[in-house]
Amino acid sequence: MSFSQSFRPRHRISAPILTIALWPLAAWAHVSAGEAGGLLSGLSHPVSGLDHVVAMIAVGLWGAQLGMPALWILPVAFPMMMAFGGLLGLLGTPLPGVEVGIAASAVVLGALVLGRVRLPLAAAVALVGVFAVFHGHAHGTELQAGQNAILYSLGFVIATGLLHGVGIAVGLIQRWSLGRQALRGAGALVMAAGVYFLWGAVA
Amino acid sequence: MRRPGHWSWVAAGWLLPAGAAQAHLVSSGLGPFYDGALHLLLSPGALLGLLALALLAGLRGPRAGRLAVIALPTAWLLGGLVGLGLAPVPDLTWLGVAAFLVLGLLLAADAKLPPIAIAALACAYGGLHGLLDGMALTAIGAGTSPLLGIVLAVLVIALLGAAAVVPLRVLWARIAVRVAGSWVAAVGLLMLGWLARGTG
Repeated sequence: MSFSQSFRPRHRISAPILTIALWPLAAWAHVSAGEAGGLLSGLSHPVSGLDHVVAMIAVGLWGAQLGMPALWILPVAFPMMMAFGGLLGLLGTPLPGVEVGIAASAVVLGALVLGRVRLPLAAAVALVGVFAVFHGHAHGTELQAGQNAILYSLGFVIATGLLHGVGIAVGLIQRWSLGRQALRGAGALVMAAGVYFLWGAVA
Repeated sequence: MRRPGHWSWVAAGWLLPAGAAQAHLVSSGLGPFYDGALHLLLSPGALLGLLALALLAGLRGPRAGRLAVIALPTAWLLGGLVGLGLAPVPDLTWLGVAAFLVLGLLLAADAKLPPIAIAALACAYGGLHGLLDGMALTAIGAGTSPLLGIVLAVLVIALLGAAAVVPLRVLWARIAVRVAGSWVAAVGLLMLGWLARGTG
């Protein structure tokens, strides 16, 4: 049965109804587009780059080694300084050597964990803050078209904070002597990864 | 004269000009009151500052918490009622972002503000967002029902946020609240950048 035949019995009624039904009067209803994508994209972005991941975890590891109050001040300072770096990037402020800075953050933070180096709190915050600016400048501005900026930012910051949390949780093993050695070994791994990234950045 | 065939009617339906798109609240399916409540829950820009303020009030103790829980929805309602009578103004998203950025910083710093200062912040934040919501509701032809839904959602969130934090005595739990404040502030900084770029 053809299309015309299927409508023939109700021809006089169906045609105008069909027209009205298909008439795009106005977009009365809409959905908020891009929200879920923006949040998921923001959450996944920090964990999708190993250079970002090792540095974030190293901040937590070092904070755990330093103890209170650095344990929580470093993870509080990092997201804010990282966002400041992202702000600079979004405003178009150039930051030379971003990739080198990111790789160097893993090298230095890994070395600090490996050597159980205890810096004064202000120096530790300043060091972590400088590295955070590089991470934010490089990664905080990569919003895909059509996604929600605020939810992308929220996801990005939450994922970064959770990576710090992973580092802090792992760092708790330093309560045991074997754990302290393992923690230094983790620092060595972070440093080695940083050297690899640094090689890639300068080569 | 040959009568138009079915395909002509179909083509006419598709090709007739569409009217202007009309912005409106996301529909909850439960009416305008709940549409308003849902609107707040789906507005992270307003929600982040609201949460930061409620948590800050909770950190400052029961009196500050009580004042914030009263001041926030009251100011939101009054601002909204004023806004309903005003013409829409240009996009003030940056003002809302700046507000939750400041509140996030205050929370991250665990600012030792007296309860009256917390109440003043609640009045300012509630009044600002109420005003913006009221003007936005006027622009889409909505009445006071969605505004009342928004205010109820504000009350519930402020109450739950402050009440969750007031009894916290364990150090790590209070630190977790401050970390949340740093995240809010970080989102605010990034959002200022997005707005400057024209993406927010």
